[in-house]
Amino acid sequence: MIRLSWLQFRSEAVVAAAALAAFAVLLAATGPHLFHLYDISGVATCQARGNCVSLASTLINKIPGYYELVYFGATGILLAVPLIIGAFWGAPLVAREFEAGTFRLAWTQGVSRERWITTKLAVVGLGAMVTAGLFSLVLTWWAGPIDTAAALKENNSITFIRLGFMLFATRGITPVGYAAFSFALGVSAGVLIRRTLPAMAATLGVFAAVQIGWPIWVRSHLIAPAHIAVALTAANIPGLGQGPGGTIMANPPNLSSLSGDWILSFQTVDPAGHVFNAATVPACSGNSPNTQVCGAALGALHLRDVIAYQPASRFWAFQWYETGIFLAAAVVLAGFCLWWVRRRRLG
Amino acid sequence: MRGVIETVGLGKRYGQDWALRDCTLALPEGRIIGLVGPNGAGKTTLLHLAVGLLAPTAGTITVLGERPGAGPTQLARIGFVAQDTPTYTRMSVSNHLRLGAWLNPGWDEALARHRIGQLGLDPRQRAGSLSGGERAQLALTLALAKRPDLLLLDEPVASLDPLARRDFLRGLMEAVAEQGMSVVLSSHLVADLERVCDYLVVLVASRVRVAGEVNALLSSHYRLSGPRRDPGVLPAAVEIVEESHTDKQSTLLVRTDDPIHDPSWSVKPVSLEDLVLAYMSRARDDHAPRLEVVP
Amino acid sequence: MIEFQLDETSGVATYLQLVQQVHQALRMGMLEPGDQLPTAQQVVAKLAINPNTVLKAYRELEREGLVRARPGLGTFVTRSPSGTDPATQARFLAAMAEWLRSARLAGLGPDDIEAIYRTAFRNCFAEGVA
Repeated sequence: MIRLSWLQFRSEAVVAAAALAAFAVLLAATGPHLFHLYDISGVATCQARGNCVSLASTLINKIPGYYELVYFGATGILLAVPLIIGAFWGAPLVAREFEAGTFRLAWTQGVSRERWITTKLAVVGLGAMVTAGLFSLVLTWWAGPIDTAAALKENNSITFIRLGFMLFATRGITPVGYAAFSFALGVSAGVLIRRTLPAMAATLGVFAAVQIGWPIWVRSHLIAPAHIAVALTAANIPGLGQGPGGTIMANPPNLSSLSGDWILSFQTVDPAGHVFNAATVPACSGNSPNTQVCGAALGALHLRDVIAYQPASRFWAFQWYETGIFLAAAVVLAGFCLWWVRRRRLG
Repeated sequence: MRGVIETVGLGKRYGQDWALRDCTLALPEGRIIGLVGPNGAGKTTLLHLAVGLLAPTAGTITVLGERPGAGPTQLARIGFVAQDTPTYTRMSVSNHLRLGAWLNPGWDEALARHRIGQLGLDPRQRAGSLSGGERAQLALTLALAKRPDLLLLDEPVASLDPLARRDFLRGLMEAVAEQGMSVVLSSHLVADLERVCDYLVVLVASRVRVAGEVNALLSSHYRLSGPRRDPGVLPAAVEIVEESHTDKQSTLLVRTDDPIHDPSWSVKPVSLEDLVLAYMSRARDDHAPRLEVVP
Repeated sequence: MIEFQLDETSGVATYLQLVQQVHQALRMGMLEPGDQLPTAQQVVAKLAINPNTVLKAYRELEREGLVRARPGLGTFVTRSPSGTDPATQARFLAAMAEWLRSARLAGLGPDDIEAIYRTAFRNCFAEGVA
């Protein structure tokens, strides 16, 4: 049954191998130059000397323009790989057999249905994980210099920190978990819908919804956030911002210690620890308060900003948790497919 | 001797409609059994129940002594070709044979290769580009090379031209002569029945209408013709299957185990084809609304 | 080796047709004692009929004592039907040819001749189902 699964999967595997080879060749062609630029820029040791932002900006300016296209394009490809796997490898796996009636051939041979479905799930699922893993391996290696430099230059922009929505899903081992989940989702859709195109559409829709909703609502809660309190003085308040319930808060100053960390939220609190609404200070109310006067007024109150954040050092912990959850979900869906195939007695 | 397929009150219902009901059969082994009836009569339903693709709503069915779907060892003994002979479009002929070899413990590779060679099929050709007759022969080869004890074929020749049909039957008969398996062959065509089948089941509108050895059926049915009269004059043991009257003449198709003694009837044998058609039209007329004539 | 034909329109049972063709072949000298009959597999590969039919015909011939089945080897002719030697056959063939010549001269066509023959044959052997 393993040989048959491989035989039926062969053409998809060839396409994947060719795409992976093209991807690797493209990145390998530009890699050495990129790494050379990074080595001579001094960004690797800039933390000690405190001139990271300027060094990073210099490095970014030196990188050839079309590398930016490659960078974002390759990142986009990594986002697409699990989607494509789910729609083109997962959805047709069983749906095609129903559409063509070949399940009546496959399920009346000398192997049990259980063995048929579990072997197909295992062989193609493994192929999916290996494919996504190799894509991610190549890109994570290549994009290292740019990821680091861009994060430093853009000052904790959510786009370029490793825990951010763009990089977290396209580096490390998370693509492996996504590919397994998307594949199992596709097979489940195919098993329920029993027609290839609608199953593909359903897989794309559900997986895209998960990929959008997960970073927004779930990811930050996987590990309880860390907190840090920053004393606010007249000099270090960068400005005011909206708080919950119409309150006004003081934005936290940029902390180099939080460089690369994922800022989740912050609150301005008074010395007693209660939430402080800056609108209560006359100097800071109104449409456009005078920043210097407001800042001086707030500074005199010995306020603090309590920042909830996920440290960058937790990157790999998050990677393992998230990948583990998606792999577990994939296993559950695979179990559903097995149960359903075994039960089906509808002709 | 236990039969290859035994059913007791077997039924299958979809929603409100019974695709098959009250089906009680004991199909003997070592025969070529014809399963005849119009489209939608329940033939495919019965075959799918036999290979475990369907589960019964009522009654029981055993195939080769076990419940269908009991496990892969049972299915390894059954060769099944579904309607429209499904094959993998993009897979070559020789890869189909590999599929058979990998999925069946009793696979006879030499037999499969010999048959493919005899049929003149190109092993590298994809199944999607084969003609209907060639696909049917490929599907039959996959079933035969398993060396099954029972072969179930669902309308294998329905969409074939007459030449392809004859070639298919030739190959099938040759394989039966060589391997000695039992065969159940479903068809909505009544030609070829008499030369091929030695046991017959007539299925119309989801019920079995008549079942038995072909020899017994032929020797117990007669066509009677004579002067116009009421069929009630015949003994009760004579069952009337079909009757037609003109103003001068009555013609009946009857079933009886005793000879007809009344000399005013001319008694002739009935061909299997006419016998089947008579049962099929009787079943259809049973469903037709009765015309009440108001005097 | 003898090759069987099947006449689907004749109304005669298939196995009987095979038996009759063997009788005929034996009479005509096309089959002689010691000859092998085609195997069931060979017959059905050409005629697409049920193998049991062939076996039934061969069993009938064996019952009549004309053939014998040797397991693993095949079915072989043991003797000709009794009372028919080639000389007698030739005599009646000549008489038949003479009769046909006269019938044609008298103006009878093939259909008339066939009808006359069938009637006479039926009356003589009382065959067919009445």
